[in-house]
Amino acid sequence: MISSADLRADTPTWCPGCGDFAVLAALQRALPLLGVPRENIVIVSGIGCSGKISSYLRAYGFHGVHGRTLPVATGIKTANPDLLVIAAGGDGDGYAIGVSHFIHAARRNIDVTYIVMDNHIYGLTTGQTSPTSPRGFKSKTTPAGAAEEPVDPLALALASGAGFVAQGFSGEIGQLASICEQALRYRGFALVNVLSPCVSFNREYSYDWLREHLVDIDHEPGYDPHDYATAVRYVTEHHGLLRGAVYVSDRPGYVESLVGTRRPVDVDWEEPKARWPELVAEFN
Amino acid sequence: MEEIVFMVGGQSGEGIESTGDIFATALHRYGYWVFGFRHFPSRIRGGHTNYRVRVARHQVYTHGNRIDIMAAFDRESLDEFGALLSSGAAVIFDPSAGQSTPPAGIDVRLCPVPLGDLANKAGGAIMKNVVSIGAAAGLMGLDPGVFDSVIRDTFAKKGEKVVAANQKAAREGFAYAQEHFGVTHRLSPPVSSPGMILSGNEAVALGALAAGCRFLAAYPITPATSIMYWLVDHFPQFGGVVIQAEDEIAAINMAIGAGFAGARAMTSTSGPGFSLMMEAIGLAGMTETPVVIIDVQRGGPSTGLPTKTEQSDLNEMLGGTHGEIPRIVLAPSTIEQAYLITRRAFDLAEIYQCPVIIASDLFLGLARASVPVLPAPAPGDRGKLWDPSSQPAADGERFRRYRVTEDGISPRSLPGQRGGEFVATGNEHSEFGPEIEAPGIRVTMMQKRLRKLAKFDLGDDAVWYGGDEHPDVLLVGWGASWGALAEARSVLAAAGKKVGHLQVVAIMPLPVERLRPFLANAKDIVICESNATGQMEAHLRRYGLLPAQVRRVNRYDGNPLTAADVLALWDLHPRAEGRPGERDPAAMVLPGQLRLAGETPAEGWPVLDPGLAVSGAKGGGEARDQQR
Ligand SMILES: Cc1ncc(C[n+]2csc(CCOP(=O)(O)OP(=O)(O)O)c2C)c(N)n1
Ligand code: SF4
Repeated sequence: MISSADLRADTPTWCPGCGDFAVLAALQRALPLLGVPRENIVIVSGIGCSGKISSYLRAYGFHGVHGRTLPVATGIKTANPDLLVIAAGGDGDGYAIGVSHFIHAARRNIDVTYIVMDNHIYGLTTGQTSPTSPRGFKSKTTPAGAAEEPVDPLALALASGAGFVAQGFSGEIGQLASICEQALRYRGFALVNVLSPCVSFNREYSYDWLREHLVDIDHEPGYDPHDYATAVRYVTEHHGLLRGAVYVSDRPGYVESLVGTRRPVDVDWEEPKARWPELVAEFN
Repeated sequence: MEEIVFMVGGQSGEGIESTGDIFATALHRYGYWVFGFRHFPSRIRGGHTNYRVRVARHQVYTHGNRIDIMAAFDRESLDEFGALLSSGAAVIFDPSAGQSTPPAGIDVRLCPVPLGDLANKAGGAIMKNVVSIGAAAGLMGLDPGVFDSVIRDTFAKKGEKVVAANQKAAREGFAYAQEHFGVTHRLSPPVSSPGMILSGNEAVALGALAAGCRFLAAYPITPATSIMYWLVDHFPQFGGVVIQAEDEIAAINMAIGAGFAGARAMTSTSGPGFSLMMEAIGLAGMTETPVVIIDVQRGGPSTGLPTKTEQSDLNEMLGGTHGEIPRIVLAPSTIEQAYLITRRAFDLAEIYQCPVIIASDLFLGLARASVPVLPAPAPGDRGKLWDPSSQPAADGERFRRYRVTEDGISPRSLPGQRGGEFVATGNEHSEFGPEIEAPGIRVTMMQKRLRKLAKFDLGDDAVWYGGDEHPDVLLVGWGASWGALAEARSVLAAAGKKVGHLQVVAIMPLPVERLRPFLANAKDIVICESNATGQMEAHLRRYGLLPAQVRRVNRYDGNPLTAADVLALWDLHPRAEGRPGERDPAAMVLPGQLRLAGETPAEGWPVLDPGLAVSGAKGGGEARDQQR
């Protein structure tokens, strides 16, 4: 059906070396494997360098306002469950301004793949501390070092009831593409937190540093992503420095539990017209 | 009598609402036209609450200016509302409960009824409310079984015993009142059967369903939540979905997502939630995504008066969001219009590909009244949807979702349509979608979007006018105050004034040329609105529609604007309803019908006829004895 080339749109304007290139490439590699026609793919993106991805992936796209990808994606998927819906944004977009939507999308288990390009910094606004920046992190907004503890996206996703939780690394594009494929096939809310270095504003989280510190749980002997307790333990013990599929549950997706055979996009005047006398009688 | 206003008052938690509802529905079923309005505090237990039901032989649009029969369960009923009692009013109370006395100087008839004892006799003290409405029905000379069917419907889920006990309670009250007081307020028999009884919020919800909307995302908020309740009950049967969002920011973004996907989608809220939606309203404007937003206004600012009415969100509806977008703001005046305008709003949102805001308010949203049968759904207009067969996408070229066209409106592709792929972005963008900052394209795209509404015209529905052809006094209103202004106009006309009533329905884009002739010639313009600063006045002024001096009636104490508020300017008072008034059909321009394109109006539908609103029809002479 579609090939990676069919999914190419505008040439990305990211800085050379930006981790977000790998995310785009991984999606372009994974999506053709699903057999979904391009017109049935929708990518909803937030505001940030990461948010530009909806202009670079050729499909239907919605580039919304800062932090609101998940509500928009929820609306699209619920209105037309036949679509494959991806939400994508940065760590500021998803874990600061949009964090409440993240928690609620997870507990709703809405059938959306959520890709966060987590560079531990605000890229587009040129380098401010983000909610995933570690305590003590120095930037223009925290020159004396950040006082706050960082959010751990994996732990937050697990605690919020997300059905699928994974972490990828832009330096491992093969694994990232395979994680994306699993997430896209998953029926329910799938978080793919991607450690995606910002080469311009965050030298601390470099490719080298991440490569050295990440534990690959896809190849961890005996690791069972279906076991919630193990997932929580690994995330805690390794301070989130994992890559691979962390947790996969068999909870039913939101849309499955909600929508019947008809879709809200099928605009219909006939049924209420046919049932009008019955509706009128209700108001008597 | 032509009409009677009944009030039941007590502490919240005492079942006042259900009692009022049972009374209103029963009288509606009996063949009268009712208008019910509840006054309630922002707490669940304690605090005075009351429910007023106006019962008339013809359609009425307010709960009236007086009370003829009051069932008082607490002191506040009389202390705070006693001044509204009409001469000869009946006050039902339980002599064993502490009662204050009615205000001096009003000739009222005290009707002590052992409500508690009679309720106990029927099966439990909890049914004292039902005994009281039974007694009221007795005073009105109705049928002892008038409440039977409504009680059955209301309590069916609780079992046959409860139904039977309540029916008995109503009959006990009825028999007691007839035996001890006789008929004090006999209503003339019904003349025409009303079609439906519903609230403004229910009318909005029904309008949405009728319009093909199948998606609501909302966050609970008084006084908008009952829209959500109705749709929660009904959308699933029609293939629709209601999502209880985590907040109003999520709610509107969900609705925008659903609209982008091709559903007819909406969100409903009140002031605080509406404020949270501002950024997303701009997003809908910029991405040209249809979305319908219902703002059931309440007292602001901030949390304000959560259970009281106001029309103070107008500025925000007109201008809320940063930057400049095309938007449509419509204000229904009556419950029927709430249905019609909502239905129409979904067409407009798709035709113009922009947000449509419906300005309702607590008074309109929660008032529950008899209306004629609402017109059945009919196919709407989905605007310029891209049709690949007749407009094939150029080979290899990407879809020009934001094609610059003469009217500014571009064919819209929907996800799932091959060849229509594009990215909708809140950034400034090119015809294809992706963001762009080039000044030339920016200006072209701004103009394209703003041009969309250049020719917008709601037609005859944009404004409503009733009254003298060359009025000296012109009452100007918008939204739910229609009934009060119509009534005030009628009294002014009866006092010999040349008076007109102009109601602004399309608020944005403002139908300037339709309004100008009315506003240009009137000598004494009185702008009546439920806010402190005169937001509609400022809006009209902005378009140069007003002379330097106008008069204003602003009410912002939380209660609906009434005819009395307006008439006070002339030291006049609302007439005692029920007397035949002068109708001036020759001078009356009937309101637009807000029908969909190609739909023919049903006979007799819906005439917002101020003559009827105030006077009832001919021949109601026996009501004269009930004037104050
Ligand atoms: C409501 C709002 N507040 C602030 C901004 C400014 N802003 C744009 S992007 C951004 C942060 C971007 O950081 P992140 O989400 O981590 O994305 P990145 O650029 O790193 O990919 C901010 C604060 C905005 N666009 N909207
Ligand atoms: S600033 Fe950072 S996040 Fe943004 S494109 Fe450049 S490298 Fe990527």
